[in-house]
Amino acid sequence: MSNLAVAVQDLSKKYGDTFAVSHANFEVPMGTVCGFVGPNGSGKTTTIRMLLGLISPTGGTGEILGHSIKHPEKYLASVGAMIEGPAFYPALTGRENLNVLATLGGYGTDHVQSLLERVGLGDRGNSKYKTYSLGMKQRLGIAASLLPNPKLLILDEPTNGLDPEGIQEVRDLLKSLAQEGTTVFVSSHLLSELELISQHLVMLRKGKVLFAGKIEDLFLAQQPFILVKTPNEVDLVKIQEIATSAGHKSTIRSGVAHIEGPAEWAAELNKSAFAAGITLSQLSPMLPSLEETFFEMTGDSE
Amino acid sequence: MNQIFKAQVFRAEWRKLRRPTLFLGTMLASAGLTGLVTSLLFLLIDSPQGNSDRGNMISREILQLPSGLTIGFSNAAGLLGIVALCVFAAQTAQEYTYGTLRNLLVRQPRRMQLLIGKYVSMASFAVVMVILAATVSMSLAFGLSGKAKVATDAWVTSDALHELAKTFGNVLLSVIAFGTVGMILGLLLRSPISAISLGVIWLLIVENILIAVKASLGKWMPGNLMSTIATGGTSEVSYIHAISFTAIYLVVGTVIVATLFKRRDVSN
Repeated sequence: MSNLAVAVQDLSKKYGDTFAVSHANFEVPMGTVCGFVGPNGSGKTTTIRMLLGLISPTGGTGEILGHSIKHPEKYLASVGAMIEGPAFYPALTGRENLNVLATLGGYGTDHVQSLLERVGLGDRGNSKYKTYSLGMKQRLGIAASLLPNPKLLILDEPTNGLDPEGIQEVRDLLKSLAQEGTTVFVSSHLLSELELISQHLVMLRKGKVLFAGKIEDLFLAQQPFILVKTPNEVDLVKIQEIATSAGHKSTIRSGVAHIEGPAEWAAELNKSAFAAGITLSQLSPMLPSLEETFFEMTGDSE
Repeated sequence: MNQIFKAQVFRAEWRKLRRPTLFLGTMLASAGLTGLVTSLLFLLIDSPQGNSDRGNMISREILQLPSGLTIGFSNAAGLLGIVALCVFAAQTAQEYTYGTLRNLLVRQPRRMQLLIGKYVSMASFAVVMVILAATVSMSLAFGLSGKAKVATDAWVTSDALHELAKTFGNVLLSVIAFGTVGMILGLLLRSPISAISLGVIWLLIVENILIAVKASLGKWMPGNLMSTIATGGTSEVSYIHAISFTAIYLVVGTVIVATLFKRRDVSN
C-alpha cells in the first residue's frame, strides 16, 4: 500500500486549444493536510473534479489511495468531498439532504445527527436547506463530506461565506481530522488559514503546478528579510546605506526598512547601527508569509 | 442484477420523491385529473356535446359493459402521462440545476447504476400514482353510476376483473413511457423548465396540430402512440404498432442519453 493519498503525473485537461490543467505533477502523503492554492481560474476545481471522476483527463494519470482515477468506484467510498461550494435540494431539510447521500453511499443514517452537531448544525438539522445562510450551507457541505468517515477529504473553498468564528471552527475541525489520520486536501483563498494548518502545499497558476511539496521547503526557498524601524527617517536612510554597503538589498516602505538577508545578519546590523550611533526601535528577522510567497510566485497582486 | 441495480440508489431517490409537496401534490393532481375525467364521463352521459375527449360520445350501453368500469381511468391516461413526464423530467434535470449531480456521483460513481436506480424509483412512483388514479376512477364510476343510470352488474364479473387488469397494465405502460420521455428530455436539456416545456408543448400542441393537418401522422407521433397504448389500440393505430414504435423511440432515446450521461463531464 502506497503512503500517498494522492499522486498525479502529467495530469492535463484541455478544452479546445486551452489547457485548464497542464501536465500537473504532485503528491499528497497520507495523514497530512495539504493546501491547494492558486488564483481564480488556475485549474484547482478542474483538478479536483478529475480526482473525483467527475471529468475525464485529456492526458496523464493519477492515483487516489492507490487506485487509478480511471476507476473512481474503487476509492470514492473512502473519500469525502465538497466541490465548488455546497449543493443540496432546497426543499429538503439539512438532515434529509444528508440522509439522501448517506443512503446512496450505503453508510446508513445513524451518524447523521452527530455530523450535524460536529459542524454546528445540531439544532438546525430539521430546517429546510433553502432557509440556511451561506455559512450554514457551507457547514452542511462539510458534514456531507464527512459521511463516509473518509480516509481522504477533498474540500474546495470550505470557508467561503463563513464568519471568523466559523473559519476558526473549520480550521480546528480539519486539524482534528488530520490528528485522527484523515488526509485533507483543501483549496482556499484564505492563505493565512492554510499556513496555519497545512504541512504540504500545491500551488497552481494558469493550470501549471508552480510548487508542490512541504510548506517549509517553500519558505526555505524564499528570501528572508529583516524589518528595521528607527525613531527618525534620517537614521533609517543611514541604515539603508549600511545594508547596501554590506551587499543587502533594501527598500523603505511606510517608515520601515525592508532589508533582504538572513536572521543571523540582524545581530551584525544591530552592531553596525550601534557603532553609527543609531537607535533601533524595531529589528525583526522575518520569513515571507504564505500570502507574500504566493503573490511573488504567481505574480498575482490581487 | 446487483451489478445493474443498486437498492441504495432506489432508496435514496425515494427520500426525495416522498417529500410531502412533491408526493402529495402529484398524487392529488393525478387523483383530481382522473376524477374529473371519470365524473364528466358519467355526468355528461346525455349531453349532446359528448362526454369524452374531443366531444366523443360514450354511450350508456358501452359503459354498462365489463370494460365500462375502467373507461374513465383509461381516458385519463394521457393526462396522467403528462404528470409523469413532468415528475420524471424535473427529478432528473434538477440534479444539474441544483448542482447535486456531483454529490450523487461522488457517492455513487457507477453512473449507469445511478441512472437505473433513479429510473426504477421514478417508475415505482408512477405505479403508486396509477394505482391511486385507478382507485379514484373506479370509486367514482360506482358512485356516479346510479345518477347516470348505468347498470353495474357487468362490472363485478370475472370479465370485468380481466378488463381491469388489462387496462391497468396498459395505462401503467403508457404512463411510464411518458415518464421515460420526461427523463430523456431532462438528461438531454439539463433544465427542468426546458425539459417540461418542450415535452408538454410537443405532446399537447405540436402533435395535435400535425395530426389535424395530416391524420396519418398519428401513427408515428410518440405522444399519440403512448396514449394509444393506454386505450389498448384504436381503429387508426393498432396496439401492437403503438407499443412497437413507442419501444423503438424510447430505446433509441434512452441509449443516446445514457451514453451522454455516462461520458459527459460533470462540470456544473
